[in-house]
Amino acid sequence: MADINISERQAGDITVLDLDGKVTIGEGSVALRTAIRRLLGEGKNKLLLNLGGVGYIDSSGIGELVSSFTAVNKEGGTLKLLNLTQKIQDLLAITKLLTVFDVYENEAEALASYN
Amino acid sequence: MAKTIELKLPSRIESVDDSAVFAEKVARDWGYSDDILSAIDLAVRESVANAVKHGNKFDEQKQVEVAFTDLADGLELSVRDFGTGFDIAEIPDPTNPENLLKVNGRGILFMRTFMDEVEWEKADGGGMIVKMLKKR
Repeated sequence: MADINISERQAGDITVLDLDGKVTIGEGSVALRTAIRRLLGEGKNKLLLNLGGVGYIDSSGIGELVSSFTAVNKEGGTLKLLNLTQKIQDLLAITKLLTVFDVYENEAEALASYN
Repeated sequence: MAKTIELKLPSRIESVDDSAVFAEKVARDWGYSDDILSAIDLAVRESVANAVKHGNKFDEQKQVEVAFTDLADGLELSVRDFGTGFDIAEIPDPTNPENLLKVNGRGILFMRTFMDEVEWEKADGGGMIVKMLKKR
């Protein structure tokens, strides 16, 4: 079984990625990187990552979130995070990345924030 | 007398998961709580990933040696690589504003946060050993 499943849906011009599984060194991180780079290549640069289904993330996965954030910014876009589990929230707090990412608990609010 | 269980792993990414599965079994058999298991899981993943990537640089001729010891005050985890070594004082703090957007460098912070004691030493015969303790 794959470490992670990433499904994509469109909400207006915002692309929501629902992540389900592990974002860890190896397959999980690579899958996220590939998905983000593909969307940027298609000109989609308003991205919302729904992490509600991510049961585990390691430092490599956190690094991949940072890398995605930087890549999207470079293309003039915006990447935000939705539905952090307590564990991911703790790890982002420890790394002080909660000061970097825009984080939402409610999808409607997250989508409205792009306007 | 303290019990020790050792594990030798090849320098590839799959060893990260393998070491975590092994660690969970060992810690559970020794009666550690779920909270401690969670810290050990994270510490073993981060330290083995560092050993594979930065220590042994994915050289499959070099192994990663992991040891778990059940001590009176807790579980000691030791991870050894066979790389060129490094000075822990020179590892940048990933929480400094200028480092926040760097992709790498957070594993050591996680190990220090979730384990009670963490120390590095140069191993006899080359490589580095990181020793960590999670108290009961």
